[in-house]
Amino acid sequence: MNNRLINWFKYASPQSFYPLAGKMIPWFTALAVIFGIAGLWIGMAVAPTDFQQGEGYRIIFIHVPASWMSMFIYLVMAFWAALGLAYNTRLSGMMASALAPTGALMAFLSLWTGALWGKPMWGTWWVWDARLTSELILLFLYIGFIALQASIDDPRRADKAGAILALVGVVNIPIIYFSVKWWNTLHQGSSVSLTKSPSMAMLMLWGMLLMALSFWMYSIAVSLIRARSIMLERERNTEWVKDVLAGEGK
Amino acid sequence: MKARQKRIALIVAGLAALGVAAVLVLNALNSNIALYISPTDVAAGKAPQGKLFRIGGMVKEGSIKREADGITIGFIVTDTEKDLPVAYKGILPDLFKEGKGVVAQGKLDGDRFVATEVLAKHDENYMPPEAAKALDDASARAAAKTAQEGAAPPPATPPATSSSPSIKY
Repeated sequence: MNNRLINWFKYASPQSFYPLAGKMIPWFTALAVIFGIAGLWIGMAVAPTDFQQGEGYRIIFIHVPASWMSMFIYLVMAFWAALGLAYNTRLSGMMASALAPTGALMAFLSLWTGALWGKPMWGTWWVWDARLTSELILLFLYIGFIALQASIDDPRRADKAGAILALVGVVNIPIIYFSVKWWNTLHQGSSVSLTKSPSMAMLMLWGMLLMALSFWMYSIAVSLIRARSIMLERERNTEWVKDVLAGEGK
Repeated sequence: MKARQKRIALIVAGLAALGVAAVLVLNALNSNIALYISPTDVAAGKAPQGKLFRIGGMVKEGSIKREADGITIGFIVTDTEKDLPVAYKGILPDLFKEGKGVVAQGKLDGDRFVATEVLAKHDENYMPPEAAKALDDASARAAAKTAQEGAAPPPATPPATSSSPSIKY
């Protein structure tokens, strides 16, 4: 028990997390590629045509994983933010800043593919319903977080300000998720949820879950790469970074 | 209490307060967040007079008609309790079908809703056409069975065919 605790805290320091992240990145990248190829193959080639939307529904294989990731990354970011505020650990703020651009990308992808999907099916690119609007707010929260952190020179203070913004924004995540249940929206309800069996054909569901896994792995890999550069940049005056750079220069 | 525990308590309390505030605000704004109102709401006089608003419901089976001028399309939006006739000039989305969801924006003109925009609202079910057909057949069989057994047979709704002349899919 005691041993395990010590191990966890060991990796809370950038110095020991840096090489660990470096070792994990290739694995997550490889998994992202494998799941992505399998998911795209099932989604684009194997899964059947939909009875009402025809082939057009296949954008779901990007849209839903991107939307899930945009919400989940925000929760992880807020978790790191809270940890950073409570424990004053250096790594937490770095992880939160490393996650934000990927989260923003996912929120943008979700809105963009949603617009492309909405035009042929609903008849409009955009409508101000609760689901679409709250997802747009999520994109603004990510952009606001990035901008706020970038505007403060001292990284520790930037982390603190960003963390408060991230925590305040958490309230938006359940609103996005339950918006289609709580209000009349143009967006349909969830096809996949924890409380009921999925309302999708099996092969479609598999394609979507594989793509979701691929998006997860991609997000982890990219965030770790970004976290590593942030560590080097912020701790550039420390001995361990000089050692790392000397080692890589050889 | 250590400083760390104080900070954790502060974060938890802050989040809780924020959650309560959000619930209160969203409850107060409830009717503004809803994208559309139902024909029942319109019948109850909840529709704004002389202002644009959206209605939502199902397109009633067999209700799509092209009117005498050749451009206006008339159909009935229903929430199974109340019906609301809608008139619309313009291009309809591909998924606009009888028995399917619809959201229309427009104004009330007497008892009729004159729409300026008609959007299709599809459901969250995704399946191959064969599975959809199997489901339809099964429900048709079940309906036929109850019609045979029941003393007062309900009017059997014919399966949706592409009989509506004005809509091409």
